[in-house]
Amino acid sequence: MAPTRDFLTPDVRTQEVNRPSSDYLDVRTPLRLDSGRTLNAYRIAYKTYGALNADKSNAILVTHALTGDQYVASHHPVTGKPGWWETLVGPGKPIDTDRFFVICPNVLGGCMGSTGPASINPDTDKPWGLDFPVITVGDMVNAQVPLIDHFGIDQLFCAIGGSMGGMQVLAWAARHRHRVFSAVPIATAAWHSSQNIAFHEVGRQAVMADPEWSQGRYLELGKEPRNGLAVARMAAHITYLSEEALQRKFGRNLQNLAAKSFSFNADFQVESYLRHQGSTFVDRFDANSYLYITRAIDYFDLAAEHGDVLANAFKDTKTRFCVVSFTSDWLYPTRESREIVQALNAVAANVSFVEIDSDKGHDAFLLEEPEMFATISGFINAGAARRGLKPARSG
Amino acid sequence: MLAPQGPRAHRVDHLLIAEMVKHGSRVLDVGCGDGALLQLLADTKDVDGRGIEVSRERVNACVARGLSVIQGDADHDLADYPDGAFDYAILSLTIQATLQPKAVLQQLLRIGRYAIVSFPNFGHWQVRAKLLFTGRMPVTENLPDAWYVSPNAHLCTIKDFSNLCDVLGARVERAVAFNASGQQLGTWLPLTVHNLMGEKAVFMLTQTWAENNGVKRS
Repeated sequence: MAPTRDFLTPDVRTQEVNRPSSDYLDVRTPLRLDSGRTLNAYRIAYKTYGALNADKSNAILVTHALTGDQYVASHHPVTGKPGWWETLVGPGKPIDTDRFFVICPNVLGGCMGSTGPASINPDTDKPWGLDFPVITVGDMVNAQVPLIDHFGIDQLFCAIGGSMGGMQVLAWAARHRHRVFSAVPIATAAWHSSQNIAFHEVGRQAVMADPEWSQGRYLELGKEPRNGLAVARMAAHITYLSEEALQRKFGRNLQNLAAKSFSFNADFQVESYLRHQGSTFVDRFDANSYLYITRAIDYFDLAAEHGDVLANAFKDTKTRFCVVSFTSDWLYPTRESREIVQALNAVAANVSFVEIDSDKGHDAFLLEEPEMFATISGFINAGAARRGLKPARSG
Repeated sequence: MLAPQGPRAHRVDHLLIAEMVKHGSRVLDVGCGDGALLQLLADTKDVDGRGIEVSRERVNACVARGLSVIQGDADHDLADYPDGAFDYAILSLTIQATLQPKAVLQQLLRIGRYAIVSFPNFGHWQVRAKLLFTGRMPVTENLPDAWYVSPNAHLCTIKDFSNLCDVLGARVERAVAFNASGQQLGTWLPLTVHNLMGEKAVFMLTQTWAENNGVKRS
């Protein structure tokens, strides 16, 4: 279907899992996980852009969402598509790689080179599969700390991310507060709601109901739960959009048809679109990674980690925050961002909060949103001035 | 985005507030509008400033120019802040538009070591004259909206505000009234004259009960 199809082979994907084409750091210090289990050694695959300055004060950590990866501003090695946040990150962009050193790691549990369930378990020489320990967003963040240490960075100038990326930003600010000068959690929440857990569960059940999933051992058996994972993605994708955007984009339009076919083919454009979303996703993502990462998000509850008082997560914080939400995001609605803001106000933290008017739903954070770019630029430039970093080029 | 603003006329109450605020202090501007006061305080007093503004567009414009501002309002969002979180909690030309001016003022006194409040004086002679001679709600340059679209739900006079300060046990550290041409009225003039000639007033307040009751602020 897509012209890039020829290199979407399972081989390329397997290669990216175990020998990523990006940089990577092999960490030999054991990582104590929130579950109580320990990961003795692990790999974090990452991309960097721009140059670290002499006093290592210009680093921006970009954290990715559920199905994102380290290719924030460069072509994806499996799909050949442009980076997922090239609208925001690049030379002269709001996150200006001419001024800042941008680090984007693939999360622990991911499938683009960081250790995850598709990686080879050194103890068995087989893919981890379900032997991989269940991880949390906090674990993902703790696993990124050695990467920041690796660059000799004491304090990140900024941590920024949307959705699960925003959760990582919050976890960074809560767990490693002295190492984050400013934080931009976008389209996110301090805890995952019941409805969102429910959607994730539908997705996981779809994967696990696919006979090809084989109790998670599909990789060693040479199988692939494509149908299950595609259905999971289709259901999830609906939650990333909005009713208004779907209606505007597709209405009740038929797909290449003059009339209804009276069958279960994809008559409607919206069906065809979702099927496409499902099948292209399966080409680039590992089903078990999907289970593990959705689980990590379900478990995210920053207040619960701090005596059920969210403000305690940020007590005495010196970090400058800019919280961003979107009017039509029903996955992480504005009220959940406002809860973060209230907790930050309760500790008199330095916080900005903008709600961007958009009908594009949760996915708006990945799209062309000039008002989001303007506010993020303003926040980053003001922070850079406070931090004594060189100003943006004029013009 | 951080390019210096071109020359612009600052509001007289903003200039007075900027004069009251100490260098490097922590400031909350409630109802900060387009951020003009916060910008002035950042430029001239290097304050650690925060703003609250009800209009989403204005909030986003403030953040885009590098100010720390959140969307919210005086009636609902002040309760979130801890005691003594700021050196100055400022409410400039906003108290008359709140639902609960007394509660809002109490919150300001709680979260700021000083509360600075400016408001349009409904006791100004033009306002009185309009009401007396036309028998209708005054519409003046200072109060430009008809009663049915005005955001001003709780207008008061300088005497009224002074009375509210007494009711709350707030000590007036400084009170200044401006006439219609933006000139400060002499402090030697009696309150009655301020109440008649002042078009706007700025009060700087502290809460006395804390000291009286030996309450230690955090």
